[in-house]
Amino acid sequence: MSTGLNSTTAELEPILDGTAPPPAASLPRLLEGVPAHGAMSLREHLDTHGELPSSRRRDQRSAAALIDQIEQAGLGGRGGAGFPMAKKMRTVAAGRGKPIVVVNATEGEPASLKDRTLLETLPHLVLDGIALAARAIGADEAILCVCESAGVGFDCAAQAIAERDQLRGYWPRILLSSAPQGYVAGHESALVNHLNGGPGKPTFSPPLPFERGVRRRPTLVNNVETVAHVALIARHGPRWFRELGLADQPGSTLVTLSGPLAYPGVYEVEYGASLSSLLDAAGGTTTRVRAVLFGGYAGTWVDGASLPTLVLSNAHLAPHGASLGAGVVLLLSELACPVAETARVTRWLAGESAGQCGPCIHGLDALAQTLEEVCRGGARGDAMARIEQLSMLVNRRGACAHPDGTVRFVTSAADVFAEELADHARYGACEACARQPELPLPTNRQPITAA
Amino acid sequence: MCAELLPERIALDEWGYPILDERPLPTELVSHAQRAAQACPTFALLVERKRD
Repeated sequence: MSTGLNSTTAELEPILDGTAPPPAASLPRLLEGVPAHGAMSLREHLDTHGELPSSRRRDQRSAAALIDQIEQAGLGGRGGAGFPMAKKMRTVAAGRGKPIVVVNATEGEPASLKDRTLLETLPHLVLDGIALAARAIGADEAILCVCESAGVGFDCAAQAIAERDQLRGYWPRILLSSAPQGYVAGHESALVNHLNGGPGKPTFSPPLPFERGVRRRPTLVNNVETVAHVALIARHGPRWFRELGLADQPGSTLVTLSGPLAYPGVYEVEYGASLSSLLDAAGGTTTRVRAVLFGGYAGTWVDGASLPTLVLSNAHLAPHGASLGAGVVLLLSELACPVAETARVTRWLAGESAGQCGPCIHGLDALAQTLEEVCRGGARGDAMARIEQLSMLVNRRGACAHPDGTVRFVTSAADVFAEELADHARYGACEACARQPELPLPTNRQPITAA
Repeated sequence: MCAELLPERIALDEWGYPILDERPLPTELVSHAQRAAQACPTFALLVERKRD
């Protein structure tokens, strides 16, 4: 496989030289060769994906070419926003001062397991991607941020970094940082604030991290899965990447599929796959499904009746008001009480407020309280109108998008679960209210690891 | 306080926090808006100049 920067085929040639095996024309890609237990060793990683990226320090052409390839591949961020990766890289590379790379593996979304899966099973793929991204933008330092509660993931990453340190000429320096647990702590600006020695809370005041972030340097902040894809695009090229997925959302992605299923867990899918095919791959559902939540607790509920028609891409989900976000697909069974579940998660979301903005602090608390009253049957007057009013008051009135996410979650619940909400408002708690909750929330005691 | 300084564009929600009318400010209100932003004890308000 050549490393040519031949002018007519530069777009199509992969960057890396060496002995990369024939690229997978189908799934799995990221999850290729994942061991049943533990992390893929450096040797196994090289056998599966081919040699490490060349470590030529001053190869500017190759660095710029990688960004071109990422642009042609159409790689979007995998942290939820889907921002074009190449555009972000170019912006940071053009900033004032030496760029620095921050990779976000904190995964504060309770219903998401994909990032810790990458850390715990594929740390070398992650490190490849971090190194490639850093070199491409001229950074010589990268920080991999892991949640302080993620014991196994932290250890796997540390071990993999130590294995790399023994290789000659491997760079740049990758540091491991432990970030505070919390739903909003994984926000780009919250991470940067934490790395600068401040609180892990988001800000909106300029400048943004791409301009001035960690130590006032232009900072590239990416989700850990995004850089894992970079590690494969560099090996196999943009045309290969686009063999899966859709024209406007190319490639494969990791989803965390949970709920009443035979085999819940992290799956790799191509964008545009049907939800039914994913459910089949997971051994099918074990109960009837009342609704499915896309994107996580800042995402959107869709009625279970739509399940057979749903397709996993943002364009296909948009008419339902939903998007894939960071790949969370969470099924709620018909046995659960959707009112109790919604109230419980909303109360948790209210507690996750950074506490910086009045409308978020008061508004999310009021939303949770109203839902709790509806659930018990003690709600005064028109609780649904109150929920609507609060949603409008709270939306877009915080320093970050946390209140907006909660509003999306609650208003879609109010829509999909209208009947159950009305029943509870009139008659109070139902039998299912006493059931063990289905929707996952973190407990503070235990470190979170992938199953 | 800001709602008193710029009642034309700032209302208060039930918790006393400002709800902003985000339409562009006419020239005569700009200095009032700047005073309202400066008066904010938490620096929560920004007056922005936007290019057309």
